[in-house]
Amino acid sequence: MKTTFAEPAPLINDSPLNTVTSQDVQLDITFDQLKKLVSPRALTGETMLLNMGPQHPSTHGVLRLLLELDGETVISCIPDIGFLHTGIEKTAEDKPYLKGVPLTDRTDYLAPMSNNMAFCGAIEKLMGVDVPLRAQYLRVILLELTRMNSHLVWLGTHALDIGAMSVFLYCMREREMLLDIYECVSGARMMSSYFRPGGLWRDVPDSFFPLVKKVLDVFPGRVSDYEKLLKENPIWKERTIGVGKINAVDAVRYGITGPSLRGSGVKYDVRKAMPYSSYDHFDFEVPVGSNGDVYDRYRCRLDEFPQSLRIIKQALDKLPPGPVITDDRKIAPPPKHEIATSMESLIHHFKLWTEGFRVPESEVYFAVESGKGEYGVYISADGSAKPRRVHFRAPSFNNLQALSHMSRGCMLADLVAIIGSIDIVLGEVDR
Amino acid sequence: MSELAPFELNALPADAISQTLKFRDELTLVTSRERILEVLLHLRDVQKFEMLTDETCVDYFPQEPRFSILYQLYSISRNIRVRVKVILSEYDATLPSVYSIYENANWLEREIYDLFGIQFTDHPDLRRIMMPVGWVGHPLRREVPHKVEEVAFTFNRRRIDEGKIYASE
Repeated sequence: MKTTFAEPAPLINDSPLNTVTSQDVQLDITFDQLKKLVSPRALTGETMLLNMGPQHPSTHGVLRLLLELDGETVISCIPDIGFLHTGIEKTAEDKPYLKGVPLTDRTDYLAPMSNNMAFCGAIEKLMGVDVPLRAQYLRVILLELTRMNSHLVWLGTHALDIGAMSVFLYCMREREMLLDIYECVSGARMMSSYFRPGGLWRDVPDSFFPLVKKVLDVFPGRVSDYEKLLKENPIWKERTIGVGKINAVDAVRYGITGPSLRGSGVKYDVRKAMPYSSYDHFDFEVPVGSNGDVYDRYRCRLDEFPQSLRIIKQALDKLPPGPVITDDRKIAPPPKHEIATSMESLIHHFKLWTEGFRVPESEVYFAVESGKGEYGVYISADGSAKPRRVHFRAPSFNNLQALSHMSRGCMLADLVAIIGSIDIVLGEVDR
Repeated sequence: MSELAPFELNALPADAISQTLKFRDELTLVTSRERILEVLLHLRDVQKFEMLTDETCVDYFPQEPRFSILYQLYSISRNIRVRVKVILSEYDATLPSVYSIYENANWLEREIYDLFGIQFTDHPDLRRIMMPVGWVGHPLRREVPHKVEEVAFTFNRRRIDEGKIYASE
């Protein structure tokens, strides 16, 4: 869709641009606002304003970019988000804490368990609840599977954007194995909502372990297949090396986190910096790049696969027996057999299922390392059973903000590679 | 994390911090909007809090002053977090933008402006970010209802049509 202006003259006034362009394109921006964002050459018609998205396959969802182009060179890139805004933070204010968990699935819908972890972790921090070790280890296994799930979709779509079709098909094939594990533990393949404040919904079924073992057996070979397809592929290297560079100082200044930050050489990983859910019990490396270009971000993510497998293997070996949810009856429901025999359990169950648990007035911030970066949850509790305010610190939101910095001066075709390399999910950007 | 330097509260600009809150090892510094730029500049340059992890707003309605703006800072080199809080009244919900100190405050402040109606002075591009341009109001304010229509079922359909039931909270 090209923003066709009849002639440059109508632009030189203070009327909203969408009156100028009428049905052709709706620009939700007035002329005065636009003047601050584009170079003066765009206003005279010397450079071209081009709309990319929101319905464009390479924007990975409903992201709209207003591009200022000089030929094929991107002069400025103005992301426009909010198309997928569903008011998750507002909805969470109207629900008891327990019912907030399914909402978190829908932020970053490719990594539901990471979001569950952040939300449940924040509630556990508010209440000062200890999670049983078995639940923590199972969480770690599932979080690492989730990271691989997130990275598989990233790798598939990113490669597809740059023209490597087969990688996408392989990634989707492998993702099936992970979704089967989701289905096995929670009953749902995508919106799992498996984590609960205080632990897990239930213990994993016996069929869980063979499925995870199969992943451990199959994945190392498959990951090296991807590497064979891409790592030394001249087209891939041509399209990614030196493209979309951002140095470490700028990356930190823009609040980029996750593999996108580590690609610039900053070794910051929440799992190492502030371990949660017993991540400090496991040995693993954090891959770091140096150039901060698309290729280094790709390397960082791909190198996380073996590390995730390593963590899962250790967690499976060390997995202790025991309960998977806290026995604090104020936040965790009693088991069914107790309800039938104990009056107190019946009351706890009734209170939990009608009102939910009350959280004393306080505020916390709790962050986890999701596949995309630091996923944080800020909760302000007002003493009732519903939160006063829930805020999701979405990594994609902050990473996407740096897009205009990374894409300045690049070619239009490289922009697609850069969007792919920062790994955004619009559900999380817009919430 | 015992080898890391503890937070030097005394090094902060004099009288800038009106209150210090501590809950579960999270430190919150309460300051005023007149001093916020000074405090954040000090935290970034002297105390090495390089990253603005998050900036958000909480509405304490019906309390007055009802808004508090939170800046969640993180220091990569020292591996500590700190939260800075500014309390604002509903009738004068304006404060300076920290875009000049932390670049990613741009969108974070746009989001606060959009959803809470807080005005940021010296912001480079203060427009709505989540809601459509023509939207009236600021949806994350507490007085905005969660639903505007009662969901119709067979048992209440007739009374909704007659206008006897509105959205229940």
